[in-house]
Amino acid sequence: MDKIIEKNCWSEAGTVSQELLKKLSEKDFPLKPGDDESVKKLTRETIARPVIYVGAGTCGLGAGAGATKKRIIEYLNKNKKEADIIEVGCIGLCSAEPLVDIQIPGKTRISFKNITAEKVVPLLDDIFKGIIPKDMVLGQFQSQHDQKWEEVPCLNDHPFFAPQKRWVLVNCGIVDPLSITEYVSRGGYASLFKALTKNSSEEICETVEKSGLKGRGGGGFSTGRKWKFAAGEKSEQKYLICNADEGDPGAFMDRAVIEGDPFRLLEGMVIAAYGIGASKGYIYIRAEYPLAIERLHIALKQVREFGLLGNNILGTGFSFDLQIKMGAGAFVCGEETALINSIEGKRGMPRPRPPYPAVSGLFGKPTIINNVETLSNLPFVFMKGPDYFNSFGTKNSKGTKVFALSGKVERTGLVEVEMGTTVKEIVFDIGGGIPNNKKYKAAQIGGPSGGCIPESNLDIKVDYDELKTVGAIMGSGGLVVMDEETCMVDVAKFFMDFIQKESCGKCIPCREGTKRMYEILKSITRSRKKETKEQTLDRFQGVMQLQELAEVIKSTSLCGLGQTAPNPVLSTLRWFRDEYDAHIFDRKCPAGVCKDLLTYKIVESDCKGCTLCAKKCPVGAIKGVAKAPHYIIEDKCIRCGACIEACPFGAIITE
Amino acid sequence: MKEQIMNTMTVNGKDIPIETGDTILSALGKAGINIPTLCHIEGLPPTGACRICVVEDTKNGALIPSCSFPASERLSILTHSVKVLKARKTIVELLLANHPDDCLYCDRNLDCSLQKLAEELGVRHRRINSNRITQYVDTSSPAIMRDPGKCILCGKCVRTCEEIQGVSALDFSGRGSKTKISTAFDISLNLSTCVGCGQCVNACPTGALVERSSIHDVIEAIQDPEKIVVIQHAPAVSVSLAEEFGLEAGIDIAGTMATALKQVGFNFVFDTAFSADLTIMEEATELVQRITQGGVLPMMTSCCPSWVKFAETFYPELLPNISSCKSPQQMLGSMIKHYWSEKMNIPQEKIYSVSVMPCTAKKFEIEREEMVSKGTSDIDASLTTRELAKLIRMHSIDMKKVVPSQSDLPFGERSTAGKLFGASGGVMEAAIRSAYWMITGTELENLVITELRNKQDYREIAVDINDLKVKAAVVSGLGNARKILDKIKTKDCDLHFLEIMSCPGGCINGGGQPKSIDKDAVIKRMKALYAIDKNEEQNVSHKNSAIIELYDKFLKKPGSHKAHELLHTTYHKRTDLI
Amino acid sequence: METRVNQVLEKYPDAERDKLIPILQEVQESVGFISKEAVLEISQHLNLAPSKIFGVATFYNQFRFEPKGKYHILVCRGTACHVKGSAKTLEAVERELGIKAGNTTSDGLFSIEVVACLGACGLAPLVCINNEFYGHATKDKVREILKSYRNKEKEANNG
Repeated sequence: MDKIIEKNCWSEAGTVSQELLKKLSEKDFPLKPGDDESVKKLTRETIARPVIYVGAGTCGLGAGAGATKKRIIEYLNKNKKEADIIEVGCIGLCSAEPLVDIQIPGKTRISFKNITAEKVVPLLDDIFKGIIPKDMVLGQFQSQHDQKWEEVPCLNDHPFFAPQKRWVLVNCGIVDPLSITEYVSRGGYASLFKALTKNSSEEICETVEKSGLKGRGGGGFSTGRKWKFAAGEKSEQKYLICNADEGDPGAFMDRAVIEGDPFRLLEGMVIAAYGIGASKGYIYIRAEYPLAIERLHIALKQVREFGLLGNNILGTGFSFDLQIKMGAGAFVCGEETALINSIEGKRGMPRPRPPYPAVSGLFGKPTIINNVETLSNLPFVFMKGPDYFNSFGTKNSKGTKVFALSGKVERTGLVEVEMGTTVKEIVFDIGGGIPNNKKYKAAQIGGPSGGCIPESNLDIKVDYDELKTVGAIMGSGGLVVMDEETCMVDVAKFFMDFIQKESCGKCIPCREGTKRMYEILKSITRSRKKETKEQTLDRFQGVMQLQELAEVIKSTSLCGLGQTAPNPVLSTLRWFRDEYDAHIFDRKCPAGVCKDLLTYKIVESDCKGCTLCAKKCPVGAIKGVAKAPHYIIEDKCIRCGACIEACPFGAIITE
Repeated sequence: MKEQIMNTMTVNGKDIPIETGDTILSALGKAGINIPTLCHIEGLPPTGACRICVVEDTKNGALIPSCSFPASERLSILTHSVKVLKARKTIVELLLANHPDDCLYCDRNLDCSLQKLAEELGVRHRRINSNRITQYVDTSSPAIMRDPGKCILCGKCVRTCEEIQGVSALDFSGRGSKTKISTAFDISLNLSTCVGCGQCVNACPTGALVERSSIHDVIEAIQDPEKIVVIQHAPAVSVSLAEEFGLEAGIDIAGTMATALKQVGFNFVFDTAFSADLTIMEEATELVQRITQGGVLPMMTSCCPSWVKFAETFYPELLPNISSCKSPQQMLGSMIKHYWSEKMNIPQEKIYSVSVMPCTAKKFEIEREEMVSKGTSDIDASLTTRELAKLIRMHSIDMKKVVPSQSDLPFGERSTAGKLFGASGGVMEAAIRSAYWMITGTELENLVITELRNKQDYREIAVDINDLKVKAAVVSGLGNARKILDKIKTKDCDLHFLEIMSCPGGCINGGGQPKSIDKDAVIKRMKALYAIDKNEEQNVSHKNSAIIELYDKFLKKPGSHKAHELLHTTYHKRTDLI
Repeated sequence: METRVNQVLEKYPDAERDKLIPILQEVQESVGFISKEAVLEISQHLNLAPSKIFGVATFYNQFRFEPKGKYHILVCRGTACHVKGSAKTLEAVERELGIKAGNTTSDGLFSIEVVACLGACGLAPLVCINNEFYGHATKDKVREILKSYRNKEKEANNG
């Protein structure tokens, strides 16, 4: 039994708090104290009839889970089968979506992968016959109460899940995200109850500081210490803001947490508000997350109904309520002071710091802004205690971190690992390495503020400080894997383009400096044919300026966006200098990405002279006689790729 | 008594004192150490946009912005280290990458903050190139011209318009490198809520915001042998013009200016302070009438055209409160074309009437359709003090060598009360002096009303005239004015008379005034006016013999039919909003 | 249009500046875009200068000043999507519809908007049409998706 628990990548389940239930019964909470049977039903330890879970987070829906669910309902009606259907959030393995889990009474729950609508009938046919279709299985869950299925692999052993340590994501993809009774029966709100009834706010801050929890949005500042700044300010009004703006391209951890386990975030927010003495709060969430917003609204209604938010929470005399504010599409609003300005109804332009928001923030009052993941860690911190939390991770980075693994990797999705795990483990063990036999090139970590991890640094540990030594940052958790077909100059250019579009424009170094850096990168990837002499000189000058500009932008920009904007460029320059040199001096793109630097060539030996390419070419750049090898006139070629598409023999290549 | 903790901060190796609440910049300023800034506005909270003011923290080499970073005894900074200078230079170069190259053709040539910085930091060649977006110049407003191509997005105009003037005609729009400063929906300035006060022009460090030039029209008129070109100068101009020629603020050069104007080619030089006296006669009469016969109160002054446009736009329900008197500029223009032309036997069409004002809104005022009396424009062109200096320089006049002369009669005679119009509170002081005499028949014992002097913000006084307690108030700066106006709107006010000037401090801080780096320039100009009041003998409008003669011979009496025809005006609500 | 704006404003009595963005979001939801008239009404309601409202509306990606198409297409250009070829996806969409991102087709059917990141990176490259997500939207797949919408329209018109 112990071994199983040890290997369980999911953290230990919490137990329902009877004291909490007693308090909640005052508000007619559906789960009564002492009702163990109902707890078992709610946690689905005992089920009366089969339960079918459909992974219906944004990822699942994007992969077709909506159609899958419809088909399941049709099947059940048509075949007069009885089963409960529950929509759950993302369990994290996006490349296996849509995921459908099935739990038959008495047996463990099994997860099935890639169940698009047309697979529903064969799957359910098998299940109701008692057969487990092996090719559709992802794995079975661990359970102390249910009988294991024979010859079905365990999810815990699955290479994607095995190395993980799911504390924040413990419920995602497993529970019904919109059932507060299920959340409570799994131990939810026990931490809040304990915190409010047994600790003072000073003790709360002390506990969080002791745990070593640091800001998971990328700041990496000690959460407890930050709280203490605000807690120490004398003000009749303080604010707690949850930063759910998650604008980093490549990051979707916060979305999944809110879609999959919204009550966890709400519980964490009340704990935080209590710690700093805030009576009002906001969840600032980007409008691009409609499903998460919808689920939050539903969850909020429930927590308010049962006195877990609002006036006199759980009868302790502490009052805290919050509003949802939707972002309007500005990455810079993920920056604290810009976020504050946005809530105040202004342009999202940052303010100079000091004064820090903890002293003078929203409407001039002490304000603490915490990331979704940071806040969602709190129930666990208080359940297990700060010493337990502190015992995991590295010297300066405690606990776990959720990463959004995407890009050129076999298994994409959300992973939660202990701090100190190496990037190699994440990309190759959990992620399954590079698909199609391609070679690993780099992993971009930290989004537009971060840097890349080349092959030589794959053994680097995920740790706030260690990542900085190679010019990267932890960031919010976006981890995009790139292979040999990715051009690092193009990646740098991509990030600069992004920064240029998202810079608020207030301060000169960021507004004008990043524009200039972007133009330099464009000039490096511009075709040699299109260049005038002045532009060539400009290109050489520009390259020399990249480093210098980067330094000034980093040291003088007003906010974090500008201060970290040059990082992707500096990082790629540091580790992929040869690619830059190839672009600048050889005027070639080794990865074959930068269109303007490619030469399209017809391989004589493969060309059958079918003339299809010449007919498709929009500028008449292909010449040749029928049945004889054709050739492309380089000067005329606009590199549109129509010829490659047209050629049935694959005789046209780029170099 | 609260003890101020005297701490020190290390700057360039030496200790300087710092006080509680000091930023690094304010502490350095007090210690006489200069740091260049581009976006900083004295008196408003720092915005931290330009980053030029960075200084180096010796402990970790970080560059911190001195405008917003609090001074502390734990800090040790370098204000001009190599790292700092390099950063400042690069920032300026980045600005220049996006800036037109045409300094020689720019209105702010030799007077531009960006130019000055580039020169000081040693920018010698265009190291950084960039693709510039074409922007179009907005010449729609008669008062102010906007050239967004020269804008460095420091935001001073936006903050001045919003936080000091309470108008908010301009704001940032767009984002990132596409950011611009514009009106709502980018409509032209003349259709926006802009009131033409020109405070943004004063704040702008480059040539992005300048007054609409009238120099060309004036020169054309001077060169036209058929035209008699006359010019009137506002009270504020003579105590400010010297600054344009390198002299300190607050030196009155009225006589020198009069001669210089003749050398430039104006045929006659008149003093607007004369018609300020005339305005007092009409306005004080109107006030007494309203008080004794139950007219709309409080009565508000009308000599500031920017305030009038502000009222027409934002407080149209208060238009009946505004005095029907034209401004001194317009009254004099009207008298020149209808009284003086007859007196001098000069046909009206031959007169080209110019004014030099500390103001940009006067350019808007002269074009108002109400400012046409009997078919003729009262005034044909209005120059700012800065434009006058340009004209003088164009004619290579050495102001130090000019022999002073007097302004021409009859409109050259003026009381010091008329001169006081240049400062906030001056109109009120002059009006009280004459209103008192009109009601009681005797002179006010203490002509100098110190409560009204040397201030910008709202102040109230009460004057006992016979058994009437006249309650009056003065305010300057439209942002300040809104507070009392909102009270008047809700009838929460028992004032009789209210003086409102658009520009903080009054006309001596107008949108057309010399741009001074002297923080005390405004106060010094005010004091110059008070000195004139002290040193000269003719202190009240009603004793101005030229005014008395004007009424005798022409207008009959204040408020007469002829006076209403030529010296009074009307207002209308403005509906072309945004 | 005025009544729709008023309907929104009625939900925010005595509102102050911090309600500006939610109001703009609701007005856009209801009317489809932010008009000059709407800005004037909001200006009166909040006692906030129109230039400020315009400044806020032009700052955020979400706000449009022209109506969008019946089918509004969001093409995600986040890092993961970029690495998985979203540039080609965007090109394909633009070529298929004959318009550039930020514009609407002349028949009012389709409009294209580029988004920084939709947060479904596991399914890169991603395209979202009227809140329906389409993962793995390569340039070929996206052409098929657009065809299906065109067919839907044709059927709706015929039927």
